[in-house]
Amino acid sequence: MTPKVVSLQHTRAISTFVERVRHGQEGPMNGSQDVATVTQARLETTASRLRELVAHLRHQRAQLREEWARLITEAKLLTAMTREELFAEATSVYDNYVEALETGTYEALQAYARNLSERIIPRGVETHEVVGIVLLLRDVLARSLFATYHEDFNKLNRILDAYEPAANRIAATVAVGFVQERERIIREQQEAIRELSTPVLQVRERLLILPIIGVIDPHRARQLTEQLLRGIRTNRAKVVVLDITGVPYIDSPVANHLVQTVEAARLLGAIVIVTGLSPEIAQTLVNIGVDLGKMNTVGDLQGGIEEAERLLGYKVVLMQEPVVAHSV
Amino acid sequence: MQVPILKQGAYLIATVQSALTDEDLRQLRDTLVLQVSKVRARGVIVDVTALDVIDSFATRTLRDVAYMIRLRGAETVIVGIQPEVAFSMVKLGLTLEGVATSLDLEEGLAYLNRNGKGHDQEVRAHR
Repeated sequence: MTPKVVSLQHTRAISTFVERVRHGQEGPMNGSQDVATVTQARLETTASRLRELVAHLRHQRAQLREEWARLITEAKLLTAMTREELFAEATSVYDNYVEALETGTYEALQAYARNLSERIIPRGVETHEVVGIVLLLRDVLARSLFATYHEDFNKLNRILDAYEPAANRIAATVAVGFVQERERIIREQQEAIRELSTPVLQVRERLLILPIIGVIDPHRARQLTEQLLRGIRTNRAKVVVLDITGVPYIDSPVANHLVQTVEAARLLGAIVIVTGLSPEIAQTLVNIGVDLGKMNTVGDLQGGIEEAERLLGYKVVLMQEPVVAHSV
Repeated sequence: MQVPILKQGAYLIATVQSALTDEDLRQLRDTLVLQVSKVRARGVIVDVTALDVIDSFATRTLRDVAYMIRLRGAETVIVGIQPEVAFSMVKLGLTLEGVATSLDLEEGLAYLNRNGKGHDQEVRAHR
């Protein structure tokens, strides 16, 4: 198998450890040594070492992959996958790993890591599992290098010098790719939850309700205000019922924010009625000393809607006895 | 830039067209207070839809206008405060206390028709 030409980017990357190799042989390591002094010949040898390494890994592929899969199972990693899936995944990780070693470019590996993460995150694979399997592969390959070159200690050293930085970088690339993907998913979900969390509903002409469920954090409070004020404008609302029955507690910044929202709504010509304050919230608000004089509060949502209807001039009249569904 | 003031029935309508300097605001205040009795207006509407910022001076001036006009026997409504503007005003503690506010011109007119001063007397006088 003919190895591909080592890319320029990679040449630069490996030149640093070529430096280390040189100093490792000739004396104590000196980090300040100018990289430019590295001779072309030495670069060539490092590249050829990597080539040799890659050839070795390709040659031993089946055996090393088997060993790796066994270790993964032993360490109880990726338990969410079946044995076949694990083996298939291990094969492609292995091939991508060797390819990254060979080409020295990590874009393909990065893309693969992202793709892999996309597939396995929904199945509940944890960060430590992904990092764990990549580190296991690194160890398996290192062991195999030991086994092959243990007779020639100098050569083993040089091969490891070429192998270790590249392997570490691969491990970092995969781990970072996984974490980034995870964070992206979390961000998306947060956004989705936030969008769902503050519905603005019109119940009657000029009457909106905002049922709020769950804890209000500062971010959500800001969003709530925005939605409420926008809702008033687009629906031309005169009265808004803000129902906080589903809110377990409120802290003082959020309480103040609510009061400000009520005042801002007034500036738009709308009245806000707050309903469903739990005893705990009532107590908190009084303890904090929030100015509740401007807040129009009613016990429950029903009361709030009735009060709003009164303010809007609606009168709900029972026209006939309720029609109750008869059993069939 | 001067704010045009239009007479519409028993109401005066001042529509702010662009950002106002402090001098413009003072002038608006003086003109409105003067005009309100001159034309025997029952209500005044100040439309601030075009304003992206309402600072403390503007708020104070608008409040003064409302109080002064009340003393001159008419009612004032500030209309068209944008949602973002409303919230930043409240954040700064500028709440236009004691001043009527409405969503837009239409709502403002409706408010004055309901709450305008001298409404009943005039209806009786017509009969």
